[in-house]
Amino acid sequence: MSVEFSFLLVQALSGLASASSLFIIASGLTLVFGVTRIVNFAHGSFYMLGAYMAVTIVPWLLQIERSPTLFFAGVLISAAVVGVLGVAMEILLLRRIYKVPELFQLLATFGVVLMVQDAVLHIWGPLDIAGPRAPGLRHGVMILDQRFPAYELFLIAAGPVVLGLLWLLMHKTRFGILLRAATRDREMVGALGVNQALLFTGTLFLGAFLAGLGGALQIPRVSASAQMDLAIITEAFVVTVIGGMGSIGGAFLAALLIGQLQAFGVLIFPKITLVLVFLLMALVLVVKPWGLLGRPEAAPPSAMPEGIASPGRFCVFEKLLVALALLVAAMLPLFGDAYAVKVATEVLIFGLAAFSLNFLVGNGGIVSFGHAAYFGLGAYASGLLVTKLGMPMEPALIVAPLASGFFAALFGFFIVRLQGIYLAMLTLAFAQIAYAVCFQWVEVTGGDNGIVGVWPAPWAASRIVYHYLVLVVAVLGIIALRHVIYAPFGASLRAARDSAARAEAIGIDVRAHRWLGFTIAGAAAGLAGGLYAFSKGSIDPTLLGIPLSVDFLAMILLGGMQSVVGPVLGAAAFHSIKDVFMPLTDHWRFLLGASIIALVLIFPRGLGGAYASLRARFTGGAP
Amino acid sequence: MTLLAVEALNKKFGGVVAARDVSFSLAAGEMLAMIGPNGAGKSTSFNMVGGQLRPDSGRVLLEGQDITGLPPRAICRLGVGRSFQVAQTFLSMSVLENLQMALIAYAQRTRDMIARAEALFRAEALELLDQLGMADAAARPMNTLAYGDVKRVELAIALAGKPRLLLMDEPTAGMAPGERAALMRLVAGIARRAAIGVLFTEHDMDAVFAHADRILVLVRGEIIAAGTPEEVRANPEVQRVYLGTSGLRAALRARAAAHG
Ligand SMILES: Nc1ncnc2c1ncn2[C@@H]1O[C@H](COP(=O)(O)OP(=O)(O)O)[C@@H](O)[C@H]1O
Ligand SMILES: [Mg+2]
Repeated sequence: MSVEFSFLLVQALSGLASASSLFIIASGLTLVFGVTRIVNFAHGSFYMLGAYMAVTIVPWLLQIERSPTLFFAGVLISAAVVGVLGVAMEILLLRRIYKVPELFQLLATFGVVLMVQDAVLHIWGPLDIAGPRAPGLRHGVMILDQRFPAYELFLIAAGPVVLGLLWLLMHKTRFGILLRAATRDREMVGALGVNQALLFTGTLFLGAFLAGLGGALQIPRVSASAQMDLAIITEAFVVTVIGGMGSIGGAFLAALLIGQLQAFGVLIFPKITLVLVFLLMALVLVVKPWGLLGRPEAAPPSAMPEGIASPGRFCVFEKLLVALALLVAAMLPLFGDAYAVKVATEVLIFGLAAFSLNFLVGNGGIVSFGHAAYFGLGAYASGLLVTKLGMPMEPALIVAPLASGFFAALFGFFIVRLQGIYLAMLTLAFAQIAYAVCFQWVEVTGGDNGIVGVWPAPWAASRIVYHYLVLVVAVLGIIALRHVIYAPFGASLRAARDSAARAEAIGIDVRAHRWLGFTIAGAAAGLAGGLYAFSKGSIDPTLLGIPLSVDFLAMILLGGMQSVVGPVLGAAAFHSIKDVFMPLTDHWRFLLGASIIALVLIFPRGLGGAYASLRARFTGGAP
Repeated sequence: MTLLAVEALNKKFGGVVAARDVSFSLAAGEMLAMIGPNGAGKSTSFNMVGGQLRPDSGRVLLEGQDITGLPPRAICRLGVGRSFQVAQTFLSMSVLENLQMALIAYAQRTRDMIARAEALFRAEALELLDQLGMADAAARPMNTLAYGDVKRVELAIALAGKPRLLLMDEPTAGMAPGERAALMRLVAGIARRAAIGVLFTEHDMDAVFAHADRILVLVRGEIIAAGTPEEVRANPEVQRVYLGTSGLRAALRARAAAHG
């Protein structure tokens, strides 16, 4: 027996152990989606809370007696506590958003993610907390000639056991049978007069319990940390999407695939295992757009779409307002201090980025959850060119939109093949690939620290001159995109959003138009990213991260997705508020999360919507 | 001359046979009705002709050209316009903009990023709306129309592409009986004048027997009878499985009314 073989065997076994953990977490996510049709970002937070609960409860129990029983009792208690938190989330939040558009649901649950992050830091502090090892499972087992941790063997068994228990629950209990019926056909359950509220609450308990269990079981392997949530949620998304959303069997299959891909991928491409995982997802979705075992989603009922309707022209008053805003932006260096100029420059840059996002979301109905990727890629393109190749600022700023446009075209090719929540998940996945590459390819990108010394050309080096440069470029970019919205191409995107079937039936190639739209929006975001790199003087991976993507979404939500210029207003309001309040509080994320939820619940049409109803009241016309 | 020839189309959904060896042909300027109970496979047949569904087997020929399995946009460009059973229009736009959009697509200018969409093809759009008696509603947002009017606008959109063949899946659903007769008369007039072949389904037997040149009867995915209204009405099989006695009486009444 060769060493080779035993090594591969051990590698396969550790792949199985990760697959088990991943499945336990993903099964909860897919269950909750199946019944509520909500993709719960906070599932990752439940996982993190499970780990924190366990590193708190388990050591306390082990003080009584170091027995395996008490260890696992602690794990189960932690999972149950998290389950109760899931119930609280269902009652306080989800109940109110079952009927709102997907984008709003995603944002609201992301609001919870932000709040939990701050709460965790507040309660447990910023340091990672290592958990105790499991009594009775601390030893290694010899597998051929290799030592393999006993706890990993236990984990390998845990996944199938949870799968079996779930199967029993789903087929042998009344709750489980209802749960399956609801996953298949929600109308029917309503018609049967079942207490839906109780069913949904129960589902959230089960879903959060599984996430908490997944987290609690990890404590002997990884320390609890405040970054666990986003890392695991993307993996769990990938598993549920590959398996088919709502399918537990599919999640199991996908977890096995990904576990092995990671275990062996790390041997061949140590740096890009994450990329491999996302590539697998892209591949599966192209071949099977509803995942391995997922069922096609019925097309959503035709309803008035959320987003830009027939865009109107500015009235005289509005033209004056726009002129005034431009004047303020232009005169700011004369009366504002350096800080005000910096904030105004950034507002212009984010205004362009948010406008490009709403070009997709509001005008095209293409919900991108990874728009920061194109912003960040533009920033990296410019930053790397000037620092590594010594290129001057001007051509680097021209390359920024070209590079982002290229990647938007590449990723968009796959993305526009999908619809609804699958599409949003794929935008997120591609953004995470780009993030992972910038984060892991240390030699070129500087990894986590990024790259400093991205300075503008000498003539534009002063804050004030650079402000004018940004003013001209960003405003021209916004005007150009706005023009496209009013042009036949923009109208065609709206047409495809309203009814893809009708658009195709009058001869529009919906996919090709969406692809072009995605590319244009990506290029515009890249231009904004390039401008941002020179204004900051540095680049780092947060420029491509999920939090910045969510910031952009919050900007268009705040400004009003159905308004053409609203997103710019939203960017201004969002960025100014953030800049004023962030230094004042240690709990900025908590506030931001709560504000996003409040926006979704009570102010879904944003500032643009509020203005439209005011205007309608004064002119007496329809908004 | 044969405009549309459908040869032995088959389609299954899981175990359900939605179409079995469906064959028929349609001449330019002809009104061909497809009738049958709900779930008979009418919409499925329409979707296989329009490109929304790919048949499991069989062929669709448009003036001799094989269009089987082409995407809807390609079939549209070859001169096939259609309405859907559940009307498909652009709800966020005004009635006029819906028509402008259809005309922009017909002119293949949907990738134009320079012009203002609002200013394009206004006159043509208004003319089409006028043809269907919807000119007064041009400025109204689509989502404020009554369903019958939505169906009318959808028909105008289908006509914007100057089709040779028009597919209408339940064009009068949601309309009052008087409206239905008027719309069918209008369509028949347009079809005859422009020599457009029309394939339509309709639950209103009065409308079918008054305007169809020929009728296909589809039951559980199979054509059980085909022929002129008189032949179909006289067919005992049709009477037994579909028309029943009340349907028959309605048919006779309609025929009498149409021929005064
Ligand atoms: N996309 C689909 N998936 C599964 N079954 C379908 C689908 N479309 C239609 N069917 C089934 O095919 C049969 C024919 O449906 P349809 O063509 O809509 O009938 P009709 O238009 O005559 O009422 C019905 O039994 C229907 O349930
Ligand atoms: Mg039908």
